[in-house]
Amino acid sequence: MADLQKPEELYKTDNRPPTTDWMETPSEIKKGIACYAGNPKSLEYVGLPNPRSWSCFDEDWQLPENWQQIIHDGFRERLEKFRSFKVFMDICVRCGACADKCHYFIGTGDPKNMPVLRAELLRSVYRNDFTTAGKILGKLGGARPMTMDVLKEWWSYLFQCSECRRCSVFCPYGIDTAEITIMGRELLNLLGLNIDWIATPVANCYRTGNHLGIQPHAFKDMLDFFQDDIEEITGVRVEPQFNKVGADILFITPSGDVFADPGTYTCMGYMMLFHFLKEKYGFDVTWSTYASEGGNFGFFTSHEMMKRLNSKMYAEAKRLGVKWILGGECGHMWRVINQYMDTMNGPADFLEEPVSPITGTKFENAKSTKMVHITEFTADLLKHGKLDLDKTRNDNLKVTFHDSCNPSRGMGLLDEPRYVIKNVCNHFYEMPENTIREQTFCCGSGSGLNAGEDMELRMAGGLPRANAVKFVHETKGVNTLATICAIDRAALPDLMSYWVPEVTVYGVHEMVGNALLLPGENERQTDLRGEPLPGMEDADE
Amino acid sequence: MNTKYMYSLLSVIVLSLISYFLVEAASGFKVLFGVIIPYLALIVFVAGFINRMMYWTRSPVPFCIPTTCGQQKSLPWIKPNRIDNPFSKRAVIVRMLLEIVFFRSLFRNTRLKLKSGPKIAYNLEIFLWVGALAFHWAFLTVLLRHLRFFIEPVPMLVQALEKVDAFFRIEILYDVAQFGLPGVYLSGIVLLAAVTYLFLRRVFIPNVRYISLAADFFPLFLIFGIVFTGILMRYVTKIDVVAAKELTMGLVTFHPTIPEGVSSIFYVHLFFVSILLMYFPFSKLMHLGGVFLSPTRNLPADTRATRHVNPWNYPVHVHTYEEYEDEFREKMVEAGLPVVKQPVETPPDESEEKE
Repeated sequence: MADLQKPEELYKTDNRPPTTDWMETPSEIKKGIACYAGNPKSLEYVGLPNPRSWSCFDEDWQLPENWQQIIHDGFRERLEKFRSFKVFMDICVRCGACADKCHYFIGTGDPKNMPVLRAELLRSVYRNDFTTAGKILGKLGGARPMTMDVLKEWWSYLFQCSECRRCSVFCPYGIDTAEITIMGRELLNLLGLNIDWIATPVANCYRTGNHLGIQPHAFKDMLDFFQDDIEEITGVRVEPQFNKVGADILFITPSGDVFADPGTYTCMGYMMLFHFLKEKYGFDVTWSTYASEGGNFGFFTSHEMMKRLNSKMYAEAKRLGVKWILGGECGHMWRVINQYMDTMNGPADFLEEPVSPITGTKFENAKSTKMVHITEFTADLLKHGKLDLDKTRNDNLKVTFHDSCNPSRGMGLLDEPRYVIKNVCNHFYEMPENTIREQTFCCGSGSGLNAGEDMELRMAGGLPRANAVKFVHETKGVNTLATICAIDRAALPDLMSYWVPEVTVYGVHEMVGNALLLPGENERQTDLRGEPLPGMEDADE
Repeated sequence: MNTKYMYSLLSVIVLSLISYFLVEAASGFKVLFGVIIPYLALIVFVAGFINRMMYWTRSPVPFCIPTTCGQQKSLPWIKPNRIDNPFSKRAVIVRMLLEIVFFRSLFRNTRLKLKSGPKIAYNLEIFLWVGALAFHWAFLTVLLRHLRFFIEPVPMLVQALEKVDAFFRIEILYDVAQFGLPGVYLSGIVLLAAVTYLFLRRVFIPNVRYISLAADFFPLFLIFGIVFTGILMRYVTKIDVVAAKELTMGLVTFHPTIPEGVSSIFYVHLFFVSILLMYFPFSKLMHLGGVFLSPTRNLPADTRATRHVNPWNYPVHVHTYEEYEDEFREKMVEAGLPVVKQPVETPPDESEEKE
């Protein structure tokens, strides 16, 4: 990892572009910004082309000889398959409304991080290859041929986009840079150009069912470990079920929640909720080690890879014979479930339209996909007063909520998590309105960019989010940043410790777990992190 | 000097000079600029427009990918944002109408301010929205007013529009009466101002200047030229309107004539319009058609309730549960996880423990 600058050095108030035209300004692949190349073994495992050992910092990228033809043909194929791609290549008027909406542009000041220019990197080649005007006018018409420099520029800037869709909210035509980045990354993958932080999770997920490559026995071990922790804190032993044929509901969450703090506390929250519901209402839910990943890094590789990885959800639901699927807190997982899964791997006619077995609520909005978001599920429980809670156990938390990009702009899941938070916490404050809900800012590490080597990019890209957190920290005393996304839970702690070190990151269901009164539990001394509960600070001594 | 706008400006100047001097030089060219090129332009425009729309619609919409800009419809007691997260076709139509008629997304625009601190502010930036709205609505009004030249008798609606557009006349009547100036059409002035604003922001806002291409300046100069020559004819050089209408009526009735008394500026004006029509289908101006086809706006956000079908959905290689269990069976059994097939060497009762 390149040495990371101090926050005051990273922050630039001047983001005026250089004086040279962007096509004339060479792009440099920088340490601290770029991610390492995909491991050839990972590419090989899932059958991606051109697996080899290479680095983006090398002069020679070891491409196939006809790489320009491959890109050209791939470009044409995608134009023919996706109307979005065609229309977005043609209709941009470069009004500039998107320009300062991108968190990477705000943070880096690099003009090629303006969404419009990121798209122009592809459009310039599109004009050259596929339009008459571009062929005749050449550079004057905004066209340029595909060269090695252009390819390197694509690589650089397509992996500086987190597919967050914020620009698309402001675009008068709804041009979605995420869509353009998705196509661009598909094209790069035709040449074996992927980053390892995406390629290896993809291969892991294909093989073991989850990005982290946790094998089934280890997955169970992890949850065993949480069982012990929960027992230690509450005196109650929860008993998760695995791969249970005939269970009512299949639960799928990102493996990040099983593996790394602070997601693990969210995972404990799920387990406690399920235990509570089982004891009180006979709720029958199973985890799966085969479909043990909610996230889908295939989405950051290609539509095909997304489909291949996503297929496990329905396949496992069918095999286990459950009624419907419950999904955990995750960002892009829900974009895939909401906008792609049913189309790609449906129809899920072997499942039932989801009904909460506890409240009888029909989740009409999920009647075809048959998959319900856990905050929809929990909000419904809370509304019907089905949970026993002690909110004061979260009284030390002054909470603000970070809307994750995909649930906001690829779904519209905004009020459900807020409702849950307000029901389990007494202190909730919103960040400024230009930074939440559909205008929310990315954590800076989405779409597979949560690596270690691109820390400068992540800290710069996360600046707008961090700055809004800092604002509520300073004005309202906020000390807790709640999220419903596993990548957020992995990325935001780094971001907070860099920009606003006084703020800690929580999952929503961790706070539910804290507040939830399990049947037969002891008086708790600590929260799920082992920190003393409010009023219990002296209990240890 | 910015070569992109210089080239665009130069080409518009050259175009105007060519048409003006050729028409001045020989009346034969009046047929070229008054009849042949306008007909050609119209054909290119219509054919090109249809062709581009067909080119786009030939590609399917494999996934339903609306950008949701508000609360989804989920639990009955949570208030959805019906327009920005449209659940029904009707709501989509409302969303599209607001987008197309009032530029709703552009209305959200903010401008970034990076202050020391670090402190980032997002200020309301309404000028682009106002400028764009003024430009498009004024353009539409001007276009509709010009129907006067293509329909005889002039429809009531067009006359009414002219009245509304020229309401300024009353206010400055006594001031201008001695010049006999016709009523000032607000639309023309607004259009000229809006086009100027859209040009100036491309020159003076650094980021917008950086992203601008020659193709962004050219139509602005061309439209400026059209409006400018129009205003010049109406208020300064006083075109012979009757003669001009004779020419335009000749075009629509397919009996083209070149009447006497039509000034050369008129031919420049008409030539600019012809160029704009011919340029249109091959340029970003096609956003006029494309805005209707944008999948992030024109689809309902109901994908979990109604399955969207991808016409080219094809089977892919997947890693099946059976393959998975084959690889991990021993470890699963050892951990007490249920398996479908028992391992050969392991006694079968062990895996039955769990569940």
